[in-house]
Formats: sequence, structure tokens, C-alpha cells
Amino acid sequence: MPKRTDIQSVLVIGSGPIIIGQACEFDYSGTQACRVLRQEGLRVVLVNSNPATIMTDPEFADATYVEPITPDYVEKVIAKERPDALLATLGGQTALNCAMALDKAGVLEKYGVELIGASIEAIERGENRQQFKKIVEQLGGESARSVICHSVDDLLAAADDLGYPMVVRPSFTMGGTGSGMAYDEADLRRIGGSGLDASPTTEVLLEESILGWKEYELEVMRDSADNSVIVCSIENLDPMGVHTGDSITVAPAMTLTDREYQKMRDLAIDIIRAVGVDTGGCNIQYAVNPADGRLIVIEMNPRVSRSSALASKATGFPIAKIAAKVAIGYTLDEIDNDITQETPASFEPSLDYVVVKVPRFAFEKFPEADPTLTTHMKSVGEAMAIGRSFTEALQKSLRSLESKHAPFDWHKEYVELDKASLLEEIKVPHDGRLKKVMDAIRAGATPEEIFDATAIDPWFVDQLALINEVAVQLIEATELTPDLLRLAKRHGFSDEQVGKIRGLPADVVRGVRHALAIRPVYKTVDTCAAEFAAQTPYHYSSYDEETEVRPRAEGKEAVIILGSGPNRIGQGIEFDYSCVHASLALAEAGYETIMVNCNPETVSTDYDTSDRLYFEPLTLEDVLEIVHAEQQAGPVAGVVCQLGGQTPLGLAQGLADAGVPIVGTTPEAIHLAEERGAFGRVLADAGLPAPKHGTATSYPQAQRIAHEIGYPVLVRPSYVLGGRGMEIVYDDAALEAYLEKYVANGLINERQPVLVDRFLDDAVEIDVDALFDGEELFMGGVMEHIEEAGIHSGDSSCALPPITLGREEIDRIRRSTEAIARGLGVRGLLNIQFALASDVLYVLEANPRASRTVPFVSKATATPLAKAAARVMLGESIADLRVAGVLPAEGDGGHLPDGSPIAVKEAVMPFDRFKTADGRTVDALLGPEMRSTGEVMGFDAFFGTAFAKAQAAAYGSLPLSGKVFVSVANRDKRHMIFPVKQIADMGFEILATAGTAEVLRRNGVQATVVRKHSEGEGPDGEPTIVGLIWAREVDLVINTPHGATSGGSPRADGYDIRTAAVSTDIPCITTIQGLGAAVQGLEAMRRGDIGVRSLQDWARLAAEGRNP
Amino acid sequence: MALPARNQTAAIMVLEDGRTFRGESFGAEGETFGEAVFSTGMTGYQETLTDPSYHRQVVVMTAPHVGNTGMNDEDTESSRIWVAGYVVRDPARVPSSWRSVRSLDDDLRDQGVVGISGVDTRALTRHLRERGAMRVGISTTETDPQRLLARVLQSGEMAGANLSEAVSTQEAYVVPAVGDRRFTVAAVDLGIKSNTPRMMSERGIEVHVLPATSTIEDVRAVSPDGLFFSNGPGDPAATTGQVQLLQDALRVGIPYFGICFGNQLFGRALGFGTYKLKYGHRGINQPVMDRTTGKVEVTAHNHGFAVDAPLEGSTATEFGEVSVSHVCLNDDVVEGLELRDADGRLTSFSVQYHPEAAAGPHDAAYLFDRFSDLMSDRKDA
Repeated sequence: MPKRTDIQSVLVIGSGPIIIGQACEFDYSGTQACRVLRQEGLRVVLVNSNPATIMTDPEFADATYVEPITPDYVEKVIAKERPDALLATLGGQTALNCAMALDKAGVLEKYGVELIGASIEAIERGENRQQFKKIVEQLGGESARSVICHSVDDLLAAADDLGYPMVVRPSFTMGGTGSGMAYDEADLRRIGGSGLDASPTTEVLLEESILGWKEYELEVMRDSADNSVIVCSIENLDPMGVHTGDSITVAPAMTLTDREYQKMRDLAIDIIRAVGVDTGGCNIQYAVNPADGRLIVIEMNPRVSRSSALASKATGFPIAKIAAKVAIGYTLDEIDNDITQETPASFEPSLDYVVVKVPRFAFEKFPEADPTLTTHMKSVGEAMAIGRSFTEALQKSLRSLESKHAPFDWHKEYVELDKASLLEEIKVPHDGRLKKVMDAIRAGATPEEIFDATAIDPWFVDQLALINEVAVQLIEATELTPDLLRLAKRHGFSDEQVGKIRGLPADVVRGVRHALAIRPVYKTVDTCAAEFAAQTPYHYSSYDEETEVRPRAEGKEAVIILGSGPNRIGQGIEFDYSCVHASLALAEAGYETIMVNCNPETVSTDYDTSDRLYFEPLTLEDVLEIVHAEQQAGPVAGVVCQLGGQTPLGLAQGLADAGVPIVGTTPEAIHLAEERGAFGRVLADAGLPAPKHGTATSYPQAQRIAHEIGYPVLVRPSYVLGGRGMEIVYDDAALEAYLEKYVANGLINERQPVLVDRFLDDAVEIDVDALFDGEELFMGGVMEHIEEAGIHSGDSSCALPPITLGREEIDRIRRSTEAIARGLGVRGLLNIQFALASDVLYVLEANPRASRTVPFVSKATATPLAKAAARVMLGESIADLRVAGVLPAEGDGGHLPDGSPIAVKEAVMPFDRFKTADGRTVDALLGPEMRSTGEVMGFDAFFGTAFAKAQAAAYGSLPLSGKVFVSVANRDKRHMIFPVKQIADMGFEILATAGTAEVLRRNGVQATVVRKHSEGEGPDGEPTIVGLIWAREVDLVINTPHGATSGGSPRADGYDIRTAAVSTDIPCITTIQGLGAAVQGLEAMRRGDIGVRSLQDWARLAAEGRNP
Repeated sequence: MALPARNQTAAIMVLEDGRTFRGESFGAEGETFGEAVFSTGMTGYQETLTDPSYHRQVVVMTAPHVGNTGMNDEDTESSRIWVAGYVVRDPARVPSSWRSVRSLDDDLRDQGVVGISGVDTRALTRHLRERGAMRVGISTTETDPQRLLARVLQSGEMAGANLSEAVSTQEAYVVPAVGDRRFTVAAVDLGIKSNTPRMMSERGIEVHVLPATSTIEDVRAVSPDGLFFSNGPGDPAATTGQVQLLQDALRVGIPYFGICFGNQLFGRALGFGTYKLKYGHRGINQPVMDRTTGKVEVTAHNHGFAVDAPLEGSTATEFGEVSVSHVCLNDDVVEGLELRDADGRLTSFSVQYHPEAAAGPHDAAYLFDRFSDLMSDRKDA
């Protein structure tokens, strides 16, 4: 069936901010969808609040709305754009839930919008566990025995029937929120109780335990002619009990006979048909009892998912792209397989390699969180690796994680291993368990013992044993023979691992290896196991015989762009955005672009993004080999290390030392910015003040500096991203504890000293992104933080253009920025953080690379900063780029024209994902160490509305009525009165602690007194404000930090309030500026005149010089 | 006990164009020759190894890990392993499946099948794709590639080989219908897989499996409602007796269903030629369109030859009008034929691929129903 002719315009809903369980895979899928739909000549309307996405680049849609993904805002978009159809299956659970809400509210019917992909009924059949179970049973499949519960009494009654342990799963939550394993009644009451709360339908499913069973997933694609294909099978190395997102997974399935596989396949196709997903992708999860093969269907996602992104990258079959095509009427046989270009998409990919995905966790950011892995997803990112064998792929994936603790380690110091305690430890799944399994094997555990402890399939256990046997050969060999080295490389050992075992530096191993001509070859992901020739150079390395890298076309020069690896807190989608932009810009400038990355969620690892893609770990060894292979293929202009965050930046020096040309800012300049002493000299030369500071490698040194500067001080290790290990320290004892901790874990050492800075209280923080070509400075944007200094820039909200800075201050910022850019020798992007305190502009730090805010700034100012940066790095000047139309002909982002819209960025925090061992939410303290996973942008003519939108996008809307709690620092009391009075006048009930209430009363604002957290509950159980927030009896919190308290526990009360607010998703305003903004926002909301406007319309208005 | 990280016995493999691969011995030691073909299935090696169609072929597995689920007693498609040689990259050291009773390595050894492991199977597959299927030798006893090459060049070619009689049952046997017997079918075994009679018997068909050398009299002796020709090895052009048998059966109006080799012989019986594909279709992911419904099936393939028939329109024969019913969407190879009488009623049909699957998807199982329907219509008429 050809394309439908009755659809001219499609609304695509994205997935909003990056959160745990819903990351940039939906930018990848959404970007593909937008691209396809536009190619098909449809008008594409897009809504997504996340500015760091590629899909929200204005060229990917006809109308791009960076607006909150809430039913009211999306309705406004629909009313304005009147799309024919809505495609909601590519934006994760967020988009699906929004579409369901729009349907329920009658909006789709009212505007005649057809939901394409999956109907409301199909979504309900797929997601409602009871309905789904019935369908599976009607088809002759089996589900786990289960009971639906709507109350705690239901839960307890069901437990008698099912027996402990059992799985608790709330309905309609995303990424498994609220689910867990109950081993006893106490667990059941706790997990089940909060699950009932978390479920929008107050519904929890209790299931028989299938812990330890083998876990599988099939990715299915269906078209409107009822053709279905299985795109990929995935097997989890971690058996049932660990969320798929937190499991090590392998594609294709490794331990299924054809008979069992076909049984799953038949069921999958029957299910997608019965559920009625008319077109598009979905995935179905299975559990298999290893003892007798009993097959159970666990669940399905009637939409494109995280696994779909993984499956797309693992097979070369672009699920989202195909899903978009079948949604508008094409059948699979009418769609070409991009990779072969001669066969259709109506086939099932065959893999002649093994793909391993490993999760990346962030428990170091949440030390009090329980690191046990459960059915509730906790990982913040993932790395994928491809090899010609499982051993090769597994070891590549572990080094792709960029955690020095991840790869297996046979270092000689390691030999004291206690089998019994290791076997005990590996019983409980946790981050790093696989390494412990390897240690247990080293300690002599038998395969049976490992299986009994972990239920990891014996085939995988044997593969681990195989890796260990190779390591033992390396340990025991009298010399490192070519055969032995070849064997080790074939099983994925890195030069570093081999070196560690043999007591050699990695570069010596590399030298030996190269002398022996032992190098990897590059194979191609081709969807068909080489049955047909691949036209798309999507490569992975393997120590095998024949390479497939093609010579470069005559006259083409290549640029290699290093991506940012697995998402983690502090280094996420924003860096991928810059890499993708660089690739697009350099292709336009005539280069052959080569992307290197190992993150399957990203747009950069879409084979459509760059001319060549290497899906490889970002380590020095792996990158050097790619550079070598590409230099064999033709000329290489250089390697881009500046755009992917700290990961590629950390490789720059090593690459340069090996003679690889680095384009843009040199490794020396990067070092200059990172090394405190050198950077201090750059500032001194330019006459720029920095907060008093010093560097130390021991406590006595640090103490001396702290005393000199005066407490509080800001301490942090050097060479880290995302404020890793950054803390505000108030006294000697805390400083000593800090140094003890970070020296012990190796983050602080002789080469990486601790930086000790004066902490500037009461300062306004300012972030700048700029571009420098050696001559001219282009200010990308100046962002003013809304939160006070001391909160990591990644976690604070900010406004662009700055809302309180005048022209004089911005000029000062510009002069300082240029002096630093010149002093460091920047060629490309530069990010500087300033603090304005008592009218002194302090330089906090400078990073000569793309920053997290580049996409936000680019979107807010309609200037493609990363694209421009890539071209500057390869030698073009800012003046050239102004002429070429990449940058505006005049002016820059420092001074935006009058009437420019205001963009507000708000961070999204993952605190609700992490529980302590006793089941409470971790402390939601914001601080100098970054903990947010994502961000949203609110965009409007005025700060108040932009702020209200940012709040709505991050936390759901500000309330229109209800109770508002006010507690502010003394210094803020005077400024609070007027806005709080306005809020009271709008009809809100004001709650306040005694002191604040009295001030308000004297100013004619009636406030109900509530108890402070520190006062504890009253004699008759009167709740504290924190208790009230937890009970969700407050609708809005206004709490400005109180500064260091006399009790020595700085800001304690305020932080407890914030923790509670964050955990309960209650909007919380922490600054007086924010309060003023919120009042403006509330007023606009109550007037009901907050509108929506596409980026394209904003640009049109700006071009016409009109004020909105 | 797991195999060591490296098998110390070296093996070499030499293709008839001289390309040589070195690896380690897998399965039995010794020397073997055959036609090198690659199979892209990621599951089902046990079914593949025991498929008689692979007689005299050296099978290269594109999936790197082979043997992971061991060998069981249920998934075997015939009485033995038929492949002449086996090429894999990473054989499993320990099998893992609740149904496994032996390891693959043990079975290969016990049945004297010579294999090689540790080979860059992707490089080999690309070579075969570009140069076409060709003869190959694997040896664990020869170390000189040139000497092995000389013997490869002396080994038999697949083109012109008549092999079905070598793999066929010598004695007729009956697979009873499950439940009530609705039909009787004479199934000529040219290399039949166990799952084929099983699929028929599940549909109430009593299957009389007959030797490849059977005559029309042998067929008529079982008073069949339908005639079936199975898959099998060899060059259809070298097969004359069975073509004759098929023409005799069509003349007397026995409904016919053919699979794979049975499709090629059907084509020849209707006057079409057959030809050797460059490197064949061997895998379980092949898209085929059923032109009567417009639906796409993902199907199991194992064929090196194909029928040369016009894709469009129909051709008149003495048996009726024949047209191409199924086409492979990858390369437009004829994947099915159907014969209709003057009234346009279906009288016989065949497919080039494997509706019995094993290994492979079950998308085409409906063809067995179509055969039942055909016999049922004929009975009613």
C-alpha cells in the first residue's frame, strides 16, 4: 500500500527532559521520524520541551514548539496548527501518556486529529496488565500468575495466594517507577503502598516470582498490510529480577534453539496483531525457566522504546524511521533497506557479530542510595559494543563505560580473593557484579557455583571462564608471544589489560603489537550477515582477518569526531548534540565526516548522521586504531576532541603525543585551563580577579589554604566534569573528611590536586558560551543563574538573555571572556563561569570546549554555535562564517535585540529514583556536585511566562489555586512581601513558619502558621511543613536558603523542605527572583493567555524586526 | 569439561580459487570436500546439519557462536548429519539448554564430520558472495594448501550432480495422520526433512514416504489424494526419473505440492529450465511475497538452484496454465509456481522455500493448509 494521501500534516510529540528510563534514545527516534515525514512531503509539527535535542533544531520540522509536553500546552499547539494526525509512539511514555490524556479530554476528536501508529485502544490493551494478560492467554501463551490490587488490603490478600517473594508492579508508570520485589509483608506494604500512589489508576499488579529465569526481548515491526518482522532478539545476561535497562544485554539471543525462538516469534506476532498495534514498532519481553523451558510473556511496549534504539544500532535496521514510514501508509516491502539499498525492509536482520550493552550507573552521586539492582531502573546511561564474539564485545563494552572499575582486572595485587565471600556478594545484583563474578572464577568457583549464586546462564559463565583462561595464559606465559597476544586481542583484551598483567605500560604493549602487525580489522554492520553488499559504512573493530574500510574518494579529506560515550550525569545528550552539529557542518564544508562513539541512544550513532560511523569505545587505543585505519583509507585533516565533553578532551593529549593532528584548541591550551596555577597566571596577565584559591594534595596543605582564604571554601578535584566531588566545606573537620575520602578513592593525587576556592556567598552566577577564532570573539550567550551561587550550574535554572544584568555588566563579561580566550589560545568554543559579587566579576572557571549549555544557547538565540565552532576549528574565521551565513551578519548573542524572547532553562532531578537501603528517598540536597539528568526550556516573550513554562515542562504546571508555603531568609523578607501579597490576592492560602507569618501579618497578609522541620511534630501530632509537603497538602513551596545557620548545619531546614518538594513533584521556588518570576507566571496563567509559538515563528518575527 | 581456549590441532581450508583460511580443527579430524555455501540463520544449526539438502556441501555459518544449545533428540531433521564439512568461528565449549543431551562437537566427531573453527567466516562469506559458491577442501592432516587445492579441483562439482537417490529412504514408510485420516499423500523422499510429514500428519494426512526411485505405479499403489515432492540436494537438471514421474502424475490429475527441489522439478516438468544461483539462498530471514494475497512472509531458504520462469503472466502447458505465485523480494528469484486448469482452479503448486521451516519462521505454514484444501476440493469434485 503506498503512502496515505489523506494526511498532510503530522504532530510529533517528543519525550521531554532526559530522565532515568527515558533518555536521548527518543531524540534519536524522533529525529528519524521527523526527517522521514518531511522527506515524504508532510508538514511536521513538533512539541518537545528539551532544547538539547536534535529533533528541536528548527530544520527538522516545519513548526517546532519548545513548549511543555502537557495536555494543555499540546492542545494549544493543536488548536494553532490543526494537524491531520498525531504520532505519539516515538516519544516514549511521556508522549504516549500525553496522547492518551488528549484523547480522554476530547481534544483529538474536537480538532479531528487521528492518532496514527497505535490507537488508544491498542495502547490500553498493551499497557493495561489485566487486558494484556487476557490477550496472551487467549493466544495460548502464558503469563506469570498474578493478582490486580487497588488497595493495601488487596495486596495482603493476594500475598496469601502467590507466596513470597513476589513482584510488585504499579500500572502506567514509566521505566518501572515504583516497582520492586517484596520478600515479606513489610516489603509488600512499603513497595505496594507507594506503587498504588505512583500509579495514575491506583493499580498495582502482584506477580509470582520468576526471579532467576532467563530474560529475552523481541523487537517487532508491523505494517498496515499485517506484515510483521522481528527486528532483533535480545538476551539478558542478568536473569530476571533486574530491570532490562539495568541489565547487561546481548544481541542476538545466544542460548535459544530455533524451536524456542520460533515459539517466541509466533507469540510476538500474534500479540502485536491482537493488541492491535496497526503499524510501527513494539517490544515484547519474555522469561524462560532454565530448568524446563516454560515460557512466560512479561510485558509489551506498544511503542518505540529504549530497546528499539539499541536494536536499531545493533542490527542496522532503523526502527523509528521504518515506524514513521509504515505509520503513513507504506508497507514494509515498499521500503528500502538503507544499508543494502537493494533489498526491502520486509526481512529480518541476520547478525554475524555479537552486541553487548552495559548500563552506566551514577551511584557515586548518591552515596546514600541502595545500589542493589531491582526491577526499578537506576542506570543513567549505557554503552554498547560490537565484536565478532561475545568475549570481544563484552570486554569492549566494559571499557566503553569509561569507569576504571568496569573492565576485568587481573592485576597481580589482586590475588587475595575469597571465593566464599565473593559467591555471597554476587547473589545480589549490583553495579559491578560481573567483575565480582570474574573474581569468583579466578578464586576457583566452579561454573555450577556461579550459576547457583547468580542464575547467569552456563554458556555465559563459560565465556567468562574462557576470558579468565586467556588471562591466566597471559599471567603464566614466560614471554608474550605473537600467538598469545593475538589470542588475547581476539577475546577483547585491551593493551592496558595486557600491560597490567604483564607489568608493561599500555603504550609498550601497543608498540609490540604494532611491530608484530597485530591490528584490528573493521567489519560492517550490514543487516544481512554479508549476504548482500553494504552501502553504508557502519563499522566495528574486531581482531579478525579482513578489513572492510573503503578508500576515501579522491580529493576528500576526513575529519574524525569523537563523541561523548555513555550518558552520565554531567555528560549527556548536550554533548552529543554538539558532535552531531559538527558532523553536519563539516559535511557541508566538504569534509568526509567520521563519527566515533559507543552510546546506542544517540543521534550521533545513527548511521545516517555522518559519512562513516565507528561504533567503538572511546579509549586511546581504540581511537588510535581508527585513526590508523582511516589514514590508510585517505587523508585525515584531524580529530575533533572539543565537542564531546570530558571524554574526548581527556584523549587529546594522548592522541597529540602519538602524532595525531587535533583540530581547534590545542591540548596544551586545554591543559592551561585545567591546571590551576597556569590558569591563574592567564587571569593575572589579563588583570581578571578570581576568588582566592589554592591547590593541595594533602589535608595540611588544604587546611593552610582554607585558613588563608577563610571558610566556607569550595573544594573539588581537578579534571572532572559535572562537579564530581565538588563540595562547600565550612570547617576543618569537614575538610579533613573530604580529603580523606577523595585521596582514598584516587580522585585526588599528586597529578590531580584538589582545588580550594573561596566560596562566594550571595553572588549571581553567570555562564557564558563563546566562540573564538584567534582574532574575533563571538558571544554565544550570557546566562544568568536564577539560583544562588553554590549550586552546580547544571542543576540551576538560568535565563537568557540575563534578566538583571545591564549593558555595562555584559560588556565587562565580554571583555573578560575575550581576554581569557586569547590568553588560553582557544580555537573554537569556550565556556566560562563568572560570579558577580559586590560588583566584582570573578572568574570561577573556564572550559575550552563545548559546554552543556551550547544547545540551549543555540536554540534560544537561533544561532548554530556548534556548527560554527566546528568550522572555526578547521580554520575558518568568524568573519568567514558571518559571510557564509552560518553566523549572523552582525552582532552576537551578548546583546540580543530589544524584544528578543526570554529562554529559561530548568534542570530535572532524579532523586525520586533512588532509595536508601531502608526504602526512603535519598536526600534531595542540591549542591555544587551536579545531579540532574536533564533539562527543559521555557521560551516566551517575558520572563514570567517563560519561567512558568519551564516549571510546567519540568514539574507539571504551577498551581492555579491551593496552599502556598513561604519561608525565606531574613535578607529576603523585605522583598518577599509584595509578591506574596499578590499570591494571596489571587486566592491562595498562605502557610508560613512563625517568623515569616508574623512579618506577613504585619503587612496585611493572613498566613497560617505551620511548624518548622527542626521543631518536630507538635504535641498533638501537628505536622511540620516537611510532613505537610510529604502529605501533598501544599501546592507550591517558596523557600530561599537561609545561609549558614548558627547551629553549624548550613541550610538544613531549607534543604529538607526542598527534598520533600522534589520528591513529591511540588514546584519549589528558591530565590526572590524566582518568586517574582513565578508571580508573573501565575498571573499570566490565571489570565489564561499564555500562548505557544514555534521557533520558526520567533525567527520570522525577529527577521521582521518586530516585537512579539 | 570445557574445551581449552585454543584447540591445538590446526586445520586449513582451501577454496577452488586458491583462497586459503587457517583455523583449528572442529568436530572430526581428517579431510573433506564439498561445495562451500553459507547459511545466515542465527538459530537452528541442529536442523541445518541434519537437512539432507546439504549433502555434499560444506556449510559456513555466518553466526559466530555455534553449538551454544548443544544437540537434543527432538530437533533432528533426518537420521544423520548430512553436511560434508562445517565452518564456524567460535564453537561453544559447553552447551546450555534444558533439552541438550550431547554437545555439537561430540556429534560431529561421532559422525565423522570434519570441520574448522576460528576462521574469519565473514571474510569467507563475502568471498563466496562475490565469487559464487565453489568447491572447498578442509583438512587437519594436510598442511600444504597447494596440495589440498589440487585435491579440491579433483572433487565433484555440484552442477550436474544427481544426489537425491543417495539421501532418499530405501524403503517406503508411513507417517500416520494425527486424529482422523482425511487424506493420503504419496511423498517422494528426495531428501525429506522430518518436519514435513509431521506438518502434514497434523492436518489429518497419512503420509506414505516413498523412495526417490519410485515410479507412477508405486505412487498409484497407495491411492493418494495428493502427490508431494520434498526438498533435496543436487542439480535439478540432472534429475530425469522424477520429472517423468511428476509429469505422469499431473497427466492423471493427482494434485501436487512440491517444496524446494520439488519446486524445481515441478518447473522442469512444466517445461521451464532451472539454473544455478551465484551463491544461493540459505537462511531463515528471506522475504517472499505471496502474489495471491500480497502478503510478505519471512521464510526459511536453502537452495542453490532456481526455476527460470517469467515473473509476469502465465504460460500454457499441456497440464494447464502455470504462473509464478511467490517471489523473493531480495532478488526477484522465483519462489513458487502454481498450475491452474482451464476453469482457473488451482490443481498443483510448489514453493522453492521451506514452509515446514525447522529451522525458521512459521509464516508459510499455511501452504500445508492450501494443500489440504486442494485435495479436499478435488475430493468434493
